Amino acid sequence: MPARETIYARIVDLIGPLNKKAVPLTENTSFSNDLEMDSLTVMDLVANIEDEWDIVLPLNMLPELETIGQVADAVAKLTK
Amino acid sequence: MIDLLDKFDAIAGERQAYLDAGGRDPVGVVMSKVLSPTRAIINGRETILMGTYNYMGMTFDPDVIAASEAAVRDFGAGTTGSRSLNGTYTSHRECEAALKDFYGTKHAMVFSTGYQANLGVVSTLAGRGDFVILDADSHASIYDGCAMGNADIVRFRHNSVEDLDKRLGRLPPEAGKLVILEGVYSMLGDIAPLAEMVAVAKRHGAMVLVDEAHAMGFFGDHGRGVTEAAGVEDQVDFIIGTFSKSVGTVGGFCVSNHPKFEALRLVCRPYVFTASLPPSIVASSAVSIRKLMHDTTKRARLWDSTRAMHAGLKARGFTLGTATAESAIIAVIMPDQMTTLAMWQALLEHGVYVNFARPPATPTGTYLLRCSLCAEHTPEQIAEILRQFDAAAAAVGLRLPAAA
Repeated sequence: MPARETIYARIVDLIGPLNKKAVPLTENTSFSNDLEMDSLTVMDLVANIEDEWDIVLPLNMLPELETIGQVADAVAKLTK
Repeated sequence: MIDLLDKFDAIAGERQAYLDAGGRDPVGVVMSKVLSPTRAIINGRETILMGTYNYMGMTFDPDVIAASEAAVRDFGAGTTGSRSLNGTYTSHRECEAALKDFYGTKHAMVFSTGYQANLGVVSTLAGRGDFVILDADSHASIYDGCAMGNADIVRFRHNSVEDLDKRLGRLPPEAGKLVILEGVYSMLGDIAPLAEMVAVAKRHGAMVLVDEAHAMGFFGDHGRGVTEAAGVEDQVDFIIGTFSKSVGTVGGFCVSNHPKFEALRLVCRPYVFTASLPPSIVASSAVSIRKLMHDTTKRARLWDSTRAMHAGLKARGFTLGTATAESAIIAVIMPDQMTTLAMWQALLEHGVYVNFARPPATPTGTYLLRCSLCAEHTPEQIAEILRQFDAAAAAVGLRLPAAA
């Protein structure tokens, strides 16, 4: 069971290549508003997160995951 | 008051700026006269149609038109009712019988469009606690079916057997699972490795649905689709299809051998809560489907034209969605939106209509000029289209690498 901080740091790494406008990444950074990610990019990121921790993050959960912090919480819960 | 339409300002503004700069609207094409499955009048000019999905050219088949005329005369213009109430006529049953004969299945259910067939079947089959596992490049109707239902949605990388296997392996063994595949993917025209994918799905205990919208009529010995060509008909639980492509009319369907299939007529909302197809449509569709069962000449012509078009574009140095002609869709991959629009417009002004396609319909960042072939395209039309692609590329300054 990885620590929440480790998970958060790794998610930030995974977002890196997709952060075209070099927006500063924090717990509260929003995928749609701050990173302006389109739905396809978000879904690709989800696939990478699933593979990183060998988890299932169903697409229908995504509307509830608006910020990086919320995704880190969800992954922490799923890897417990 | 919050204006609920404000949220569309960005996309509407982008379109307006393009139109103000003299661009022609790629979603505003009007055909003032349709001369044949491959020719129409657009902006007063006779135009070769190269993006209609009218694969078998059935729209002007004399038997299809005669069936339509007889049905509108004898049964009226519309049913004004749901299939479940007053909207099922003999012709709807005959259309379903034609589908059962075509696919060799025990059951067939006709919907009002192909979109509704996916919407209805996907949302109804997979319920709360079940999983839908779909290809990342699935059609919007499949994604919308997922959004309408209550299942958990898992997406795998396009056409990756390994990725499908891995993601299925993460799901609880006891959960219901529906793997959704497409025979032909309509954006790039590539086909799915169905034999391998269906084997993986079955190994994980999943049911399998294959959308054969772009394959009906010219894949497999009976024209049943990539499922038949791959030899996995007996392992695919549901096939979804449409009348608005090879059949040449409009409508959608699902065929299956599942013994409990008929229950869907009771519970599938996009089937129950909409008006059924007009009698002219189901009558003409039935005739068209039965003709497609036997028409090997058209199949051969379609494949010949497709290969000629693919080879011609490749020889000219265009970048194509597939290395060889895998289906009757040939996608020309373009560098950016402006070049794609300029070339689309240049082709149209010189009498060639193709589809302009952009994200999110296409895979991330891909702009396409998409061609779809018709069995009625002549070698002369193919040659003319290729000439116009050359001219349009030169006109918009599209650099073509030396031919492969």
